[in-house]
Amino acid sequence: MNKVFYHALKFREDLCIGCSHCMNVCPTEAVRVWHGKAQLHANRCIDCGECYRVCPVGAITVEQDDFDNIYHYTTRIALLPSVFTGQFPASIQPSEIRQALFELGFTHVVEVEEGVEFLSEQILKYISEHSDRKPLISSFCPAIVRLIQVKFPTLVDHIIRLKAPVDVTALHTINSIKEKGFPSEQTGLFYITPCAAKIAAVREPVGEQQSLITGVINMNYLYNRVWKIISKQKRQGNRPEPCALTTKSLCWSLTHGESDHVKIGKSLAIDEINNVIEFLEKLENDEIKGIDFLELRACDESCAGGILCPGNRFLTASKMREAVLRQESLSPSERVNGMLFTPEQTAFLQQHVHLGAIHPRSIMKLDDNVAEAMVKMKRIYELRRLLPQVDCGICGAPTCSALSEDVVQGQADIRQCIFVQRIMEQNEKLDTAESVRIMREIWSNSKLDKNSLKEGTKF
Amino acid sequence: MFFEYSIEGGNFAQAGSTSSQVKKNLKQLNVDGSVIKRTVVALYEAEVNIVAHAFRGTIIVEIMEDKIHILLNDEGPGIPDIGKAMEIGFSTASPEVREMGFGAGMGLSNMKNNSDELHISSKVGQGTRVEITNYFQAKPVSLQ
Repeated sequence: MNKVFYHALKFREDLCIGCSHCMNVCPTEAVRVWHGKAQLHANRCIDCGECYRVCPVGAITVEQDDFDNIYHYTTRIALLPSVFTGQFPASIQPSEIRQALFELGFTHVVEVEEGVEFLSEQILKYISEHSDRKPLISSFCPAIVRLIQVKFPTLVDHIIRLKAPVDVTALHTINSIKEKGFPSEQTGLFYITPCAAKIAAVREPVGEQQSLITGVINMNYLYNRVWKIISKQKRQGNRPEPCALTTKSLCWSLTHGESDHVKIGKSLAIDEINNVIEFLEKLENDEIKGIDFLELRACDESCAGGILCPGNRFLTASKMREAVLRQESLSPSERVNGMLFTPEQTAFLQQHVHLGAIHPRSIMKLDDNVAEAMVKMKRIYELRRLLPQVDCGICGAPTCSALSEDVVQGQADIRQCIFVQRIMEQNEKLDTAESVRIMREIWSNSKLDKNSLKEGTKF
Repeated sequence: MFFEYSIEGGNFAQAGSTSSQVKKNLKQLNVDGSVIKRTVVALYEAEVNIVAHAFRGTIIVEIMEDKIHILLNDEGPGIPDIGKAMEIGFSTASPEVREMGFGAGMGLSNMKNNSDELHISSKVGQGTRVEITNYFQAKPVSLQ
């Protein structure tokens, strides 16, 4: 049986109005419309969240853990990414945010980027040990790792097999909390996530058996809860506090966060999923040469542009960069140079920082068998001649080529194409009643009834 | 299955479009990743050669169950000494072409390394014909 991969984005049929906006933006063509509702192909979805951004009615949700789950544990650790702090005005001190998290019930707050200094050393080491495989691609963004698995299977071997910062920090945190005598079975690690892909990465990690993270909390939800607490408090002075992270760690999750520091040969940073796809296409053809390291992020402005970040991505990134400048203006004695790991801690992390094999899971292949795939490909080319190549989406598939593939795979009918219907009607191969029935099947009755109130048009 | 593409000399922005299309087809056929990579690298080099040196050319791709056969024909200056052109670093590319990142003199040797069978023939002043064949599975020992 084919395995169905986990994805964190869920489509709510009760809210979906069948507008097809999500279908048109999906970079892996994972969405179709049927019976007037968007349907998600689980194995094509990479949890990038482009659909979530464009849904006009909030019908796409992100599966997350109930906040009260934290109370199942006596030691409740919040893994706090620096983009969370970046959501708040600069006048709000990191200590106020931490305080609010304690009030909400966490017993410890750990910065996700604590592991970055260690990890960046490991990345440099990894690159120098794998100089035969260029360019190496960062494993930071889970949506990118999944994109490469499904769409660029020949590039899978270029992904750096090292854990992402959050997993390194989780590993370190669990280890040090155990050393301090907290029982590990009563310790819960909760990651505050800016995106859906990180949720998928926790639920179904790539290259490892199981994540150490206990649960995932939606950043948007937590922002509202923290903001409610902070807004009630009186502001006292706003002299910037020294930050607990080094400047490198602070900006690691922003665009250029990695590439600015991976100084072996030529590094390049690319953000936004369509930009990444365009680049990987060329890279796969070997059109691009001479690059040693690639930082690829699915969101515009990287994690500051995560779908669960409530703030504006440009303002968040600029606030985080200002925090770096403030940090750099402090005298060296005032500056906190991040948490340095002891030699024992470093040795422990070095043993566990590597990822296992990352396997391709191509969505491109038409069939496992080449001969069968050939037969299907021939049919696809034949069908494409019948289709208008306008990619209107009225058939319920995002493009003419997607419809032809669906037909060949037995998942659609060529008569779903409105142009094919017209041609068949002219040739008296199809009557109007039948073509209307087909349209109703794709778009539901309400969109084809003259007097019905179209969903989403109430005022 | 046959696919035919035409290539315009001097249009570097277009170089790579045939390779992309062939790559997509091979992915759909579930051909092994390493074979796809070799084929696309060899084809891309050959495609760029037409763009960089010739006036125009055609590419005919035939995909069979066990192999891909690519025939590139161009109208152009031709190659006077194919043996020399195969040497690593040998290049006749103009400084402008090199400036764009092409013409490093690795093209033909790269093509040779990435194809199972490569045949090049050329008539000076008329054009060049390149034939690339790659097998989807390693050939049986008796054929090698």
